[in-house]
Amino acid sequence: MSSRIVPTILSRPVYGTLTPTTASAHLLIADADGGTAILDLAKAAPAGFFDSAEVCYVPGADADFSDELQQLSPRQFHTSPTIQALLPRLSRTFERLHMGTSVYLAGSESLIGLATQSAMQAGLDYQALQTEHRGTLARRVQCVHCKGTTENVTTQPAECAHCGLLLFVRDHYSRRLAAFQGVNINAEDPTDVPPKIEEFT
Amino acid sequence: MATPAASLPFRDETFRDDFTFRNSPETVLRAPFPFDKDSYMYAVNMELHKDGRPGTAFEEPIDVDEHYVSEMRDRALVLDEDPLRCQSLPHMTLAGWDTLELLMTCKAESYPEWFSLERNGDQWRWINRPLGIDDTFTFGDETTLPYGPLEYITRQAQGDFCVLDERQGNFWMDAGIVTTQADWSLDFDIGMNFFEWHAPVPLAHEKGIFKRALKYLLSIQQGNPARRLNWTMTVNPRLDTSPENYHQWGPENTHITPENVGDKLYLRIELQSFWRLPRSNALLFPIRCYLLSMHDLTTVPKWATRMHRVLKDLPDEIASYKGLDNYRQIAIDYLAPYDDGKPTSKGPFPD
Amino acid sequence: MSAGHRLLGAIDVVVTDVVELNPEVKRFHFARPDGQPLPAFSGGAHIVIEMKDGDVTRRTPYSLSSSPFETDDYQVSIRRDDNGRGGSLYMHRSVTPGMAMTISHPSNLFSLDKRATRHLMLTGGIGITPFLAQTAQLIRTGGEFEVHYGFRSHDVAAYVDELTARIGHRLHCYADDQGQRIDYDRLLSSQPAGTHVYVCGPTPMIDLVLSKAKEHGWPDAHVHFEHFAKAPPGEAFTVELKASGITIAVGEEQSLLEAIEAAGVDAPYMCRGGACGQCETAVVEYDGELLHSDHWLEDEERSAGQKIMPCVSRFRGKRLVLDL
Ligand code: HEM
Repeated sequence: MSSRIVPTILSRPVYGTLTPTTASAHLLIADADGGTAILDLAKAAPAGFFDSAEVCYVPGADADFSDELQQLSPRQFHTSPTIQALLPRLSRTFERLHMGTSVYLAGSESLIGLATQSAMQAGLDYQALQTEHRGTLARRVQCVHCKGTTENVTTQPAECAHCGLLLFVRDHYSRRLAAFQGVNINAEDPTDVPPKIEEFT
Repeated sequence: MATPAASLPFRDETFRDDFTFRNSPETVLRAPFPFDKDSYMYAVNMELHKDGRPGTAFEEPIDVDEHYVSEMRDRALVLDEDPLRCQSLPHMTLAGWDTLELLMTCKAESYPEWFSLERNGDQWRWINRPLGIDDTFTFGDETTLPYGPLEYITRQAQGDFCVLDERQGNFWMDAGIVTTQADWSLDFDIGMNFFEWHAPVPLAHEKGIFKRALKYLLSIQQGNPARRLNWTMTVNPRLDTSPENYHQWGPENTHITPENVGDKLYLRIELQSFWRLPRSNALLFPIRCYLLSMHDLTTVPKWATRMHRVLKDLPDEIASYKGLDNYRQIAIDYLAPYDDGKPTSKGPFPD
Repeated sequence: MSAGHRLLGAIDVVVTDVVELNPEVKRFHFARPDGQPLPAFSGGAHIVIEMKDGDVTRRTPYSLSSSPFETDDYQVSIRRDDNGRGGSLYMHRSVTPGMAMTISHPSNLFSLDKRATRHLMLTGGIGITPFLAQTAQLIRTGGEFEVHYGFRSHDVAAYVDELTARIGHRLHCYADDQGQRIDYDRLLSSQPAGTHVYVCGPTPMIDLVLSKAKEHGWPDAHVHFEHFAKAPPGEAFTVELKASGITIAVGEEQSLLEAIEAAGVDAPYMCRGGACGQCETAVVEYDGELLHSDHWLEDEERSAGQKIMPCVSRFRGKRLVLDL
């Protein structure tokens, strides 16, 4: 399964295909279907690649590639139950990283976005990271009005989990917030309530 | 904030609730009318910001007008409600000091009766008479000011300010104060590059406008600022048309009627300028907003005619992007009697 | 014929001092004649110095090596280049204290990345100059850094004592004649996340650092180099300026841009070092070889032969027509 993301406006991130580098150390981070991107990368990786690799993986409810990933025998293999649970470890991992370590992110946009945010906080430029999107199109959405972020948004429009406003989910994306922008869709006439369509699945 | 001395020529007015904002006839005439011909399309409309034409908003590099004191009061209200409207990423502090120096120096030179700056090494004394401020501080030492340098000086300067860091052949919006914006969010856009924060704009990317504009911006050097004009329309003289509060002001977009359009619908002009900052090598981007009601426009026959023609022929994508769909036709109908069908004179200035 | 117009953002200055640092390097001090401060600048910035050498006008960029916080006194340090176009020779031989000169406003194509958690500065020879200003800036604004400075021998190494006094153990020196070399592999493999690397020095050094950085997995966004090209001397040639309707001669020690300016034709420019892209000019027609020396044009653009950067590039052949 490869990415179904179509490029739209220029702030909307697009992702590539993970390719193994010749760096002396590798950090691979994935969730759910993103595991398959690492498995595909492994096929192209030179012998010994995983001896210097750390893999952090968040299995999905119906996409769990933990066993296959573990069989790659990375130097360090770690799983976290959720992305949120992985973040504290990631932030420490990025801080301790040496320049020149290759970083690979794969899976949902939420995983890629939050890991990118963590790397940037450690002083890495986002362009230093390889990314590949696989699996769900669910979005993290920041409500521009109350500033709360709603996770796993699949519908257009969507309700803000914090203030309850009905939000139009834009393609405008903030790397700093790791979120798309949500703007109240019926401000001009709150009685006009458009139906929700499953758009980001 | 102290009350301004009564002898100063600043209006006491509001940009919210009861909307007591008005332009004096002189202020209408000096406005930077954004159309130099009878039609409008996105373009790389940039020119050097110098040799200001007397009697216009271009006369001084940083313009101060009759709305100054009230605009600053409105900014303070916005910042109290939402401190996220002024942000600076950690590496932008030096650029904040550059901004403070630039604005203080320009204002003190242009308006010595209102502003003065005394420098003694790093010890600076800044006097802002209209706002009743007299502060002594150490340049470069944030603890000697009540706010960070960017916020301190832009609480005393009309218009929004973006501060852009230059890296990798691009500009990055890494600091700013944004309380008088045409519906975009600093909190969301901070950290983005030139192409990313412009992503929502229709047509202009395809026409290569942003690529060429960026190249021009990168070449801007100290002492040679540039400018351009942009425009949109706003219902009521509301400075703070933010996406943050869109759910509150959005309904007003449907309130324009043929009866109230003259006084309730405003042409919103942005005089944008671009300044290379010395110590940080950053670019300062002030966006100064001027509001003219449709009625104000009719006091300058050439402008009313031109506005009528621009609105009639405006590409639909641009009209929708600017949010004009609810009232565009009402404004066209209102202005039609002022358009005699004859050619207008060249350039933007009144005849 | 003199240069057609005034230097962009020109500032009139006087030479307040000329200091010989060693047999190859002199330091020049500039101030405003009225004693007013010069514009503030950022570490890594350069100025263009206008040199009126007989009937030749040269305009050459040099990095400011003084502290960005000392605006009463601009300093540049210039190594004598006996094989260059003569700019450094002119500065060494003819510029003396008290002389009036014209310089440009500072501009910066080698800025610090202020987000960096740490700055690793690698330099050789006279490439030390921008780092003098940048380290002064970092000492004032805060920021971790380390300078690794290679040179042929101690008697031609400028600023070792001053820098030692100013930054102490953060300076690491490597003298060629004592068999000392910067260990790029060790340095580039041991930097913590968030480090940015900067290199300024002879072209082979820059090329080596860039390729080592790539080899060690450094992302481009963390690697910075001072990419001034020098306008090289070369054979004289003639060029037709189509829009102006004139044909002009370019002397051996004149750059194409200087010859265009001397003819009074307006051509845009900024860095005069092939880096900023401002002077990009369309080639209408040519029969011969375009000798590109810039860092601006892409390889495809060079082979297409439709553009040239007159600040540093030259021509050899029968006929060259530019859209100017
Ligand atoms: C470097 C400083 C600049 C900043 C910080 C800036 C910022 C912005 C922002 C935040 C928007 C709103 C985008 C949205 O819908 O979310 C915008 C719109 C726009 N900008 Fe810029 N801009 C800059 C320079 C320029 C330049 C040099 C041009 C030259 C062509 C330009 C052309 C435009 C246009 C055409 C729009 C659409 C405006 C409309 O139709 O109302 N901008 N800009």
